Amino acid sequence: MSAHAVAAAEFVANGSRAAWHDQALWFIRAKRDNQARSLPEWEHLRELASQVKLHTMSNLAGLLEQFDENARRLGARVHWARDAAEHNAIIHGLLAERSVRRVVKSKSMLTEECGLNPYLERHGIEVTDTDLGEWIVQLRDEAPSHIVLPAIHIKKEEVGALFHDRLGTAAGATDPKYLAEAARQRLRQKFLAAEAGITGVNFAIAETGGFVVCTNEGNADLGTSLPPLHIAAMGIEKIIPRAADLGVFLRLLGRSATGQPITAYSSHFHGPRPGGELHIVLVDNGRSSLLGSEDFRRSLNCIRCGACLNTCPVFRRSGGHSYGVTVAGPIGSIINPARDAAEHGSLPYACSLCGSCSDVCPVKIDLHNQLLTWRREIVARGLLAPAKRTMMRAASFVLRRSWLYRAAGAAARTALRISPRWLVYSRLNLWGRQRELPEPPAKSFRAWYDEHQEGR
Amino acid sequence: MRIGLFIPCYVDQFYPRVGAATLRLLERFAPRLATQPWQSVEIVYPREQTCCGQPMANAGCVEEAKPVAERFLAAFRACDYVVGPSGSCVAMVRKHYHGLIADEAARAQLEAKTFELCEFLVDVAQVDEIAGNFAHRVGLHQSCHGLRELDLGRGSERMLPAFNKVRQLVAGLDGIELTDLDRPDECCGFGGTFAVFEEAVSCMMGRDRVADHRRHGAEVLASADMSCLMHLGGLIRRDGEPLRVMHVAELLCEAMGLRIDVD
Repeated sequence: MSAHAVAAAEFVANGSRAAWHDQALWFIRAKRDNQARSLPEWEHLRELASQVKLHTMSNLAGLLEQFDENARRLGARVHWARDAAEHNAIIHGLLAERSVRRVVKSKSMLTEECGLNPYLERHGIEVTDTDLGEWIVQLRDEAPSHIVLPAIHIKKEEVGALFHDRLGTAAGATDPKYLAEAARQRLRQKFLAAEAGITGVNFAIAETGGFVVCTNEGNADLGTSLPPLHIAAMGIEKIIPRAADLGVFLRLLGRSATGQPITAYSSHFHGPRPGGELHIVLVDNGRSSLLGSEDFRRSLNCIRCGACLNTCPVFRRSGGHSYGVTVAGPIGSIINPARDAAEHGSLPYACSLCGSCSDVCPVKIDLHNQLLTWRREIVARGLLAPAKRTMMRAASFVLRRSWLYRAAGAAARTALRISPRWLVYSRLNLWGRQRELPEPPAKSFRAWYDEHQEGR
Repeated sequence: MRIGLFIPCYVDQFYPRVGAATLRLLERFAPRLATQPWQSVEIVYPREQTCCGQPMANAGCVEEAKPVAERFLAAFRACDYVVGPSGSCVAMVRKHYHGLIADEAARAQLEAKTFELCEFLVDVAQVDEIAGNFAHRVGLHQSCHGLRELDLGRGSERMLPAFNKVRQLVAGLDGIELTDLDRPDECCGFGGTFAVFEEAVSCMMGRDRVADHRRHGAEVLASADMSCLMHLGGLIRRDGEPLRVMHVAELLCEAMGLRIDVD
């Protein structure tokens, strides 16, 4: 079994938790439906967003240069990082030059992807994630389980216990308001003490050289208003051509992500604040190789709203950690194998191919088809588990010979009918662990047809 | 005119009644395709067919799927239509034969003439509403591939006018009461080999589907896709749930009084 299947089975084994996780995410999917329904132009917006992104990806190099030039003109300094290591080194270099010891970060999946926190901590720099959910998982010393709702797998009782332990809140407290207030007070101290603020980037505008960060807690504003140094890390796919395109994406993002008409804060940054410094790190880390791939290019359209995770019946029931990657769920199962197919090659199989992700995606990525294409790629690269490949070879051998198919079918049905139950439902029968097999009929359709239909 | 009966491998082996019901419905409604009094509409069952190749293709095993897909093409070459009682298998032929069939033109032809049973009845045979009697509370389970790949209905994710071809066929039956669902079109968790290799998640998905139907008082769980029903039915029997599982073709035959003489 794949690592995902094992981890997912463990998650499912705690039935009430898995059901609760499923319900929590379905609730958000339902909120998204309501919000999407409230816009008669929803499908038009999706089409528009998809077109803008396809245009962007076709002109990515030029748009990035334009952004670089305009951002510099506004007084920002732009850095280019080929991979995670360069990204981490650039940011550490900036912090070290200024002897920064304490950093606040607003949620950025890119810095998660690059492993920035442990890297900086190894160099003696304290990093505090200031998004509440992200901070909770940081306190628990684990990774986010969802790209938008990083702590969705944790119950409020567990947050109460964690805060009691780490912040000294009242034992047994579960009131979200009380717990959030305690977090707010502690984070405020972190904001005040920070010497640098790191943010992600939701949208970078080539035409202006500015960028937008979306948060619901205003932590990007707080984290960049007090310290003199602001470092923004962005994947190169975050670029959009014009300021006029922004409205399309902001309208889709909040609604798709959490079922809000728009995120509470859409903070615009155009150059450094007076007296401050702004550095923008443009990160490739495998993105340009995705751009070069006809099959998977569209995955770069992703605006990280997480709607595909919320709608995915597998993600909802197996939890984000079961995927073992920073970006989990349908989109993660496309971009992670692109980074390391040998390690993440089983993820495209952690999917029932229901297609809900493709239809929910606000930028129209054909996710389930890309997952299917990945499976072909995994086999082509010889990375499919040998047992599975052998099984498919045998099936193909039988199914391309009508006589053998008929004989094998008859033999299987007979075997099922005459074998004792303990033999049929042995440990090896994964289907039969929780389900009955179909009751084998005496005759196949074919045999019935030959007897009853011919000459009718 | 020649209509080729496409009976997917697992239906052939395990659900001959569904195959027979499909045949009876086609015998009943296909004659109306004749545009001239002297035109004959023949329903044939090509014996060379085995499987559409979906298990291999979905595993990514293109080389293993190719000869099976080519066999399918050859089996139905002489037919004007190909009709089968499984949204998923039909979606395989219609949407995923690219790269499996060498002759591009032949593939395009096959795609254009292949239909899922309900889709064929509604779109090709122009059946509006079927007269019959089925006095039960029925929950319709949408097959994902029927819904999102064949457009048999409108998925809840899309913000476009709603329709549902399967529902349309059964809604007019006397006495039938179609129940609603909290999650109208969530996947049942079958997903081919997914049901085996991700067994835990697959079964939880299936149980959640069954519970949604039971919560809304369904007595019969019906679907246009036998593969979903093989999975859901397996859970229902293991758990002793008082739900009857029926393919829509069987339901329609029973409602119309068409005999399916399979023992």
